[in-house]
Amino acid sequence: MKKRILTLLAAVCLLSAVLSGCGGGSQNGTTGTTDQSTANTQTEGPAARAAAGELNVGIAQDLDSSLDPHKTVKAGTREVMFNVFEGLLKPDASGNLNPAVAESYTVSEDHLLYTFKLRAGVKFHNGQEVTPEDVIWSYQRCGDANAPADIIQVAAFANVEMYQEGDDTVCFQLQEPNNEFASYLTTAVLPKDYTEQDTAPVGTGPFKFVSRTAQESVVLERFDDYWGEKPDLTKVTYKIIENADSILLSLQSGAVDVFAHLTTNQIQQLGDGFHVEEGTMNLVQALYLNNAEKPFDDVRVRQALCYAIDRQQILDLAFDGYGTLLGSSMYPAFSKYFDDELTNYYTYNTEKAKELLTEAGYPNGFDMTITVPSNYQSHMDTAQVIVEQLKAVGINAAIQPVTWESWVQDTYSNRQFQSTVVGVDASNMTARAMLERFVSTASRDFINYNNADYDALFAQAQACYDDGEQTALYRAMEKNLAENAANVYIQDMADFVAVRDGLEGPSFYPIYVLDLSTIHYTK
Amino acid sequence: MKKRNPYLTVGLVMTGILTALIVLGFFWTPYDPNAMAAGPKLTGPSLAHLMGTDSFGRDIFSRVLKGAGTTYGIALCTVAVGAVCGTVLGAVTGYFGGIVDDVLMRLGDVLTAFPSILLALVVISLLGPGKTGNVILALGLVFIPSFARMARGTYAGLREVNYVKSARLMGASSSRILWRHILPNTWSVLLPALTIGFNNAVLAEASMSYLCIGVTPPDASLGYMLSESQGMFMSAPWYALGTGLTLVWMVFGVGLIGEGLQRRGGGEV
Repeated sequence: MKKRILTLLAAVCLLSAVLSGCGGGSQNGTTGTTDQSTANTQTEGPAARAAAGELNVGIAQDLDSSLDPHKTVKAGTREVMFNVFEGLLKPDASGNLNPAVAESYTVSEDHLLYTFKLRAGVKFHNGQEVTPEDVIWSYQRCGDANAPADIIQVAAFANVEMYQEGDDTVCFQLQEPNNEFASYLTTAVLPKDYTEQDTAPVGTGPFKFVSRTAQESVVLERFDDYWGEKPDLTKVTYKIIENADSILLSLQSGAVDVFAHLTTNQIQQLGDGFHVEEGTMNLVQALYLNNAEKPFDDVRVRQALCYAIDRQQILDLAFDGYGTLLGSSMYPAFSKYFDDELTNYYTYNTEKAKELLTEAGYPNGFDMTITVPSNYQSHMDTAQVIVEQLKAVGINAAIQPVTWESWVQDTYSNRQFQSTVVGVDASNMTARAMLERFVSTASRDFINYNNADYDALFAQAQACYDDGEQTALYRAMEKNLAENAANVYIQDMADFVAVRDGLEGPSFYPIYVLDLSTIHYTK
Repeated sequence: MKKRNPYLTVGLVMTGILTALIVLGFFWTPYDPNAMAAGPKLTGPSLAHLMGTDSFGRDIFSRVLKGAGTTYGIALCTVAVGAVCGTVLGAVTGYFGGIVDDVLMRLGDVLTAFPSILLALVVISLLGPGKTGNVILALGLVFIPSFARMARGTYAGLREVNYVKSARLMGASSSRILWRHILPNTWSVLLPALTIGFNNAVLAEASMSYLCIGVTPPDASLGYMLSESQGMFMSAPWYALGTGLTLVWMVFGVGLIGEGLQRRGGGEV
């Protein structure tokens, strides 16, 4: 009997070790011994790596099975391969688009003809020079309805005529104006007749791909023929560490020098020898409300929620005070579009919340359900605080934890929910990527936001080619979302990168990438 | 002359203390168990907060009382479901035998072939997570076969003993024989099994809440609290210890009762 109790206890311990709980942090919960160093080519120890200018970076999940940038699905793959590939244009840390493979470009007055002059002497990692044929082939591949299904199609490239002019110029003739066309030209330029892009990718970036061991590592090396400023690091090894519990160990044991996307909990346990860079996750965490569902079809109820939720307390309790408060569907990294005045559009005020609820016919509050993908501990924690805060105005909220798959299917695609706590990000570096989803006809309008003014503003913004005017329109859209309390906007979560002392230079981008070219050893 | 039975005594005392605390927790806790910022965040045990506070500034002792109550309640209901259904099934199949016996027992074999937690997970995902009733139902279902098998064995063994035969000769109905004559004689087997079942249910509930499919936060449950505390084990060990030791206390106390009952039963038969 006693033995049996012991066995049971042991079983529970084992269970906790194997299933890394819902607070595990690892999104897929898989475990694996990924902590061993790779082959013998690996320089041992942080000191030896520093001397050789090498770097080991930890990443929490393996890359896509194909490394072809036109087939990339996972944000984690883009984060790594950002260093290998470039388009005609390349984004920088402040969100500008700078010429990369192109040297300069002009746009015709009717906004239909884009003319790109290629930079002279840009080489692919295999030694070939980039030709206009390569550029045209690469972009046509992404806009070709007959291309293999796994190549992700860019709608902006469909119906665009691409042709060469002279030896070094590529022209794009559009059918109708598209004021965000340039942002799509960050799509990677690939060599035309190269067939092994899936397994041995070749691009023009500052680092070239060397090797990959599935579930274990990806190795990049400095590309010495790079056209721009050459990075300091000579070699970078990405180590895949899927088990959340091993992340700290991998840093402390010296296996890894840099690890991004850590939690406050993890950085507090980091210990000596590291410093932490704080950025933002570039997403909008909010209590998203189904605007078509009672009682959230009433703007007063939505506003009441905004007044009843103390966002600063959410940061203090669930995020150790880290994070940036938001007031609309835009995060600060989009500095051009971000309107800081909306952040405090609603301030915590339970009296006002109660007044609004009474006006809307709910003097005693109501019952509501918050659907939360339970693999995201940060969203679960946020929801817990919200449940407590809503009690003060008589709203009885219950959390419904769901799996990520079920959230994507039922909540997001089928819109079967009342409210949900989640983070929404931008798929590319345009304000449109954040704001288009709340247009009433958008397929991604999962909150069923339906506001004629908003739709009209979006249509105006699309028809507008003056940058300043368009920015003003996008800002007006953000204000519209705040005024109508489309959602209860909370924060852009803090993102922590642990960096070994003696290393410097990771910078934060408005998109999900880790730029290696700026990282360097200080000693 | 009754021998001293320290197992039973210690077990009863441990369980008694815990039950008293849980009952107390239904009426009064030092703080509202869900109230955030009841104290500073993540402070160690002190007079104001007996088990310290968690990362939301909630009083861990209050949450442990409530959480243990939840776990306790679910485990009791689960064992009740499993024991009642299992005993009835086992009694009928064991006493009458025949084709029904074969079919039901093979079905039971199929159920036991799956690891119990896994089976409960499947049932929960079918019924929908986050509802206490569903947790009880899922776990209860999982526990039926073990009770059924045990009851069947006892009933099959007692079917041909003399007092049952004479009852049958005197014209007693089958149900009277099943429940009035045989059932009281299965207690010595059934009671220890109940305690084992209870402990299994406690641990199963904790594991399910740990995986976020049992009790939903912010309501307290020992399993979810353990899962929360895991990441802070180095910075706030009291959180995991307070919660974990309560769970151990609960299982150990009831386990000792089971052991004591078994020893006493063994002496009598």
